[in-house]
Amino acid sequence: MKFALFLGCNIPARLNQYESSARAVLKKVDVDLVDIKEFNCCGYPVRNLDHKAFVLASARNLALAAKKNLNVISLCKCCYGSLKKADHLMKENASLRAEINKILNKEGLQYDGDIEVKHFLSVLFHEVGVETLKKKIEKTFTDLNIATHYGCHVLRPSKVVQFDDPVAPSIFDKLVEVTGAKSIDWSMKLDCCGAPLWGVNDDLSMNLTEKKLENGKKAGADYLCTACPYCQMQFDTVQNTILSIRGTNHQLPSLLYPQLLGLSLGIERELLGLKMNSLPIEGIEDFFTEQKAMEA
Amino acid sequence: MFFSISLYVALAIFGFGLVYKASTWFRYNIGIEAGKFSAPTRVFKAILGIASILFSEKILTLIKVFVIDVVLQVRILRQDFLRWLMHICIYLGFMLLLLMHALENFISEPLFTDYYSTVNPFMFLRDLFGFMVIIGIGIAIFRRFILKVPRLKTNAMDHYAIIILAVIMISGVFLEATKITSHTEFQFMVEDYAGLSAEDDADEIKVLESYWVKEYGVVSPNVKKPFDKELLDQGKESHEMNCAECHSRPHWAFLGYGTAKIISPVALGLDRTNMPTILWYLHFLACWIGLAYLPFSKMFHIFVSPLSLLANAVMEKGKSEPANIATRQAMELDACTHCCTCTLNCSAAVFFEIFPNTNILPSEKIISIKALAAGKELSEPELRHLQEGIYLCTNCYRCTVVCPVGINLQDLWFNVRESLLKKGYPEFFALSPLSFYRGLMKEDGDGDNYQKPLDQTREAIADRCELMKMPDKVLPLSDIDSAFKGTLNRSDQANTFSGCFGCETCTTVCPVVASYDNPREVLGLLPHQIMNACGLGLKDLALGSNMLWDCLTCYQCQELCPQGVCVTDILYELKNEAVQQVREKSLMERTL
Repeated sequence: MKFALFLGCNIPARLNQYESSARAVLKKVDVDLVDIKEFNCCGYPVRNLDHKAFVLASARNLALAAKKNLNVISLCKCCYGSLKKADHLMKENASLRAEINKILNKEGLQYDGDIEVKHFLSVLFHEVGVETLKKKIEKTFTDLNIATHYGCHVLRPSKVVQFDDPVAPSIFDKLVEVTGAKSIDWSMKLDCCGAPLWGVNDDLSMNLTEKKLENGKKAGADYLCTACPYCQMQFDTVQNTILSIRGTNHQLPSLLYPQLLGLSLGIERELLGLKMNSLPIEGIEDFFTEQKAMEA
Repeated sequence: MFFSISLYVALAIFGFGLVYKASTWFRYNIGIEAGKFSAPTRVFKAILGIASILFSEKILTLIKVFVIDVVLQVRILRQDFLRWLMHICIYLGFMLLLLMHALENFISEPLFTDYYSTVNPFMFLRDLFGFMVIIGIGIAIFRRFILKVPRLKTNAMDHYAIIILAVIMISGVFLEATKITSHTEFQFMVEDYAGLSAEDDADEIKVLESYWVKEYGVVSPNVKKPFDKELLDQGKESHEMNCAECHSRPHWAFLGYGTAKIISPVALGLDRTNMPTILWYLHFLACWIGLAYLPFSKMFHIFVSPLSLLANAVMEKGKSEPANIATRQAMELDACTHCCTCTLNCSAAVFFEIFPNTNILPSEKIISIKALAAGKELSEPELRHLQEGIYLCTNCYRCTVVCPVGINLQDLWFNVRESLLKKGYPEFFALSPLSFYRGLMKEDGDGDNYQKPLDQTREAIADRCELMKMPDKVLPLSDIDSAFKGTLNRSDQANTFSGCFGCETCTTVCPVVASYDNPREVLGLLPHQIMNACGLGLKDLALGSNMLWDCLTCYQCQELCPQGVCVTDILYELKNEAVQQVREKSLMERTL
């Protein structure tokens, strides 16, 4: 199994632990990754201002992967949503396709919808499979309550992104439960993290994040779990800011899915970058089954 | 005489240039912090900072960086082998030529007692070094002018650098070639070095000349090929006695000798017009021009790029003295070689294909920032284009990671962005996820200035929408813009608003609407009302709501709409439309 790894802009700059942990996990389950140095921004940040600029940026990435005949794996849900949307438009809208390809042709690129875009979680669930993951598990968790945060841009618009059932998704929960942790039910599971408005309307963004954190905490979560740099930074870095500005006391630390799975797969702590999160998550190791047994 | 005077003039300009340019590093203020320190403070802090580094274990880091990045230029190698080859050829070749050939009186002669520029290995090495530079220039021309790399920009300064180097090298090679063929030069050497006189030793000179014409490439008006063997044997004898010790075979000077062969049919004419002297003037004057103009040209990077690499290796934002960071940031502008590595790796450079603003490309942004730092009065459109170019950055740090001279471009963009935003022009890209980074960096910014650009931009957009200012008015039909519906055609789904039957599901499920007790007051129109406004062609209402900019794009509304209205996509469409209207107009008005 081979994919072109699409890291996007945030992960290499601000969330190295996501890259290193995801690479380590994928290596463990025999997914080969190819790095394409020429990849650019997925276009998501400019979608508010210019539709064509957004499609062009995404389509250029797709064209680069298509040139190497590789499907794309994205770690970011906003990148995923953008690449999927552009892929959809390039397939459906002939005049837009012609317009975009005309620009891409200038550097010898072309995209005609010939590859697939997958998210990290869907590769683990559909391509690798829960059974394979279970076989590789070295350590399990006990009594660990995880609140999965799906992220908007993989779920909706479902017709375009085709990740999971948009109303009752289950992929992420099943992946979390591979580790022995319990994926709890919580009412705001499918809501937005607030990141799209961070830097644009900070009060609103913080309100949304806080509401969600409170909801997760009330539902009994020990940790939030994410698989998107925007969501993770919102629940980690921005939550840290919220805690200091607003002095709220319902702290709910968040960790990245490959960090959680990596611990279960016995991957080195260094690669998982547990220490790189803003809010401490190392306490999660107290939930290892053997640790619990010793305590008992 | 002329040689010395012109050299001293060039050296004086060069020296003045160095001092002047270095002084700008302490005088120029870039960004929000820099103005806090006076120039003398910055000089003092710099000396202190350098001393504290030199006497700490960080000296090891400096040595490592000097070897790996300055001498071996591994940063360029990581990018592209061809570019590394190009630069190493030019830099190594030119440096060695400078040391061995240009400064022969000061370096080669004292160092090697048997040094003569006409004797091997020096004769061969001079051409080898020259050859390296010419190969490098060749690759540079190929890369800049033939291999049309998208978004690689070439400006006047890049042309100058290639031209001045090319003139120095080509005049040097031709000078060598005309000297090889020159009969005058031969006569001069016979008299001065061999000590033969034209009257007394006419016969010996004739055999020697024949030998040199045959073997050394001299073009003579007196003797003609073919020569008989006896004559040549005599000539060889005389040559070995008089010349061989101080003059290797010119074949070793392969560039000059090859050129000499090519020009030999016209060599006599060239010699009569005194071409070697003309070329000598051209050669050294080109060198002096290069020298005098060096501090003001991109060649200044020879000195500043190593400084930038070394400074960035031991300095860190938040830890190093802010005054020194301000100085470093001004210095870095001189370190830039306009190699465009940043642009070629930029995550956002692709947007330049849509927005014709060269400031989107990092290599061009830095040119505008240079002008800004030098205190040049930029017009409002220029400032706004720079602001937009800097804002249209995904803050992926790639430019900083790849810069071959180690400039911390990320910090530079951040600082200039904040200082430009202070000027009060609306920035439409601020109302996008590009602001996420600015939010994370809030602490490092200028607290009072954080919210203002966001508010100003929203106001600039709302200002265009007259109807929004009259919330209680009964809307006359005359405000309906029947063409408006037609303009919403960017994406396929944009016209689905006509399916809206006002069930308000979109508004009910919207997490933003749910966040407010008084959503109408804060957000203006709510999602279902915006869909209605589109249907009615009430352009102002559709484009003027805060709702557009507070939309999370979480797609709840679109997913749940029973009528298949693509609400989120329509909101995207309206945002595009609103910005396009205002962006163009406000830019033009300010220009007027």
